[in-house]
Amino acid sequence: MTLEPSERVRAVPPSGIRRFFEIAEERDDVISLGVGEPDFSTPWAARDAAIHSLERGRTSYTANRGMADLRESIAAYVDDRFDLAYDPGEEIIVTAGASEAVDLAFRAFVDPGDVVAISQPSYISYEPGVTFAGGEVLPVPTREEDEFRLTVDALEAAGAADADALVLCYPNNPTGAVMDRGDLASVAEFAREHDLAVFSDEIYAELTYEGEHASIATFEGLRERTVVFNGFSKAYAMTGLRLGYALAPAEAVTAMNRVHQYGMLSAPTTAQHAALEALDSCDGDVREMVDAYDRRRRFVISRFREIGMPCFEARGAFYVFPEVPDGWTAEAFAEELLREEGVAVVPGDVFGTGGEGHLRVSYATGLEELREALARIESFLDERV
Amino acid sequence: MSQREVLELLRENARYAAADVARMTDLDESEVEAAIEDLEAAGVVRGYQAVVDWDRLPDERVRAEVELNVTLDRETSYDDIAERLARFPQVKALRLVSGDYDFDMEVEGDSIREVSRFISEKVAPVPEITQTVTHYVMTSYKENGIELGDGDDDDRLSYTP
Ligand SMILES: Cc1ncc(COP(=O)(O)O)c(C=O)c1O
Repeated sequence: MTLEPSERVRAVPPSGIRRFFEIAEERDDVISLGVGEPDFSTPWAARDAAIHSLERGRTSYTANRGMADLRESIAAYVDDRFDLAYDPGEEIIVTAGASEAVDLAFRAFVDPGDVVAISQPSYISYEPGVTFAGGEVLPVPTREEDEFRLTVDALEAAGAADADALVLCYPNNPTGAVMDRGDLASVAEFAREHDLAVFSDEIYAELTYEGEHASIATFEGLRERTVVFNGFSKAYAMTGLRLGYALAPAEAVTAMNRVHQYGMLSAPTTAQHAALEALDSCDGDVREMVDAYDRRRRFVISRFREIGMPCFEARGAFYVFPEVPDGWTAEAFAEELLREEGVAVVPGDVFGTGGEGHLRVSYATGLEELREALARIESFLDERV
Repeated sequence: MSQREVLELLRENARYAAADVARMTDLDESEVEAAIEDLEAAGVVRGYQAVVDWDRLPDERVRAEVELNVTLDRETSYDDIAERLARFPQVKALRLVSGDYDFDMEVEGDSIREVSRFISEKVAPVPEITQTVTHYVMTSYKENGIELGDGDDDDRLSYTP
């Protein structure tokens, strides 16, 4: 055998973001609103804990599921913040980013031929993850009229009643949509009625502006069928430290751990020390970052509306999802905007069905840059629309 | 409290347009303008200045932090001494502090000579001042909450998922 990519690998096309990245790299005056990570640095206390752990030589593997005291802190945190009660001994697994947790879940629970419904638009890794696991993807497009929340109508229309599992991502990347308890209640009912496993990516939970984050796992009968993903990348500005976790019933965690213990052994030890400190003492830093995002969010939405690009009131994560003007595809608009004005945004189609005609605009960028970027978009519109 | 929010934003950047402050808060533009007027009228906001990184200019600018010790007598209070010193245009900041010395004074001038002369000729002779210790500023890393680095340490890729 030569190194021919497997069928599963061939089935996954290269990322739609790649080409734009190459164009952006050619020039040095680009203001990037194309990033999916915080512009803040990891809170100092967490960085210091990482440094300290290295100084003390804590560089060996940890327990496969993560350090016991970290799992305890996670259990206390999710209970306190989101009303999610999980046993740190058996129901929590610490992973190399939420990314690994998502991948573990697909590999642990999806059999070849299983149908996994994915609410779209959403984070770009779910679809390839399902394909690599041998499953089949069923896109469930959400609509701007519903503020990109998932509805039972959308689930039914897509045929999700016959699916085996459902992937949710709220607060959502790329739309910034959130689901409140009322919205989730009917989706929970649907999952129960049609016996779907639920994979709920809640990594942006802390970044919920207006109202409280609600987790689908808190609904009656959902805990047993749900895996919740979360992590430190977004709220704690720790993307490069690669630390996330999953919450699920004991047997499910055991299954995920079976994959994890062979593939990863344990999540990065230094990052686990940082995370422990982050949970312990970085609430204030998180609040400050959330306040800053919230101010930028209001600013960006109001500016888009003012310059004539309709934009619904995104209430979570750090993205807004404005519409491109008539006569443009999102891709053409994003490419021309990048080439002409040096403003990088991501066309919505990259995130699946339902994203067409929209742009993902990240406001994880300083206000001065946001101001300048919006001014450039405004002049771009004046000239060509 | 919205007045506080406006204040925080002004401190972040006093040149934010009222319209932009309104966009970032739940206020409308006229409310923002009113809040700023109130803050000015109440003497909370005392002025607006540029935060300057002198190291980036070709002309020399010398700054010193001066520690002052004083002895008070029955006739003279801290406020009297402060009033006398604060009048000099070379004095950019003056604070009464606790600890090893009494006043903390920031002085600015065009040369070390000018600053030294100001301290020896105008400050040291004040009868109540018993000691001055002058620290010349060599490099400034942060002023008024603003870091003076080159600001291009954002090494994130332009597109990430
Ligand atoms: C919805 C969502 N889930 C997961 C991730 C990956 O997070 P991590 O850095 O913890 O792997 C991202 C990153 O963009 C995301 O947007």
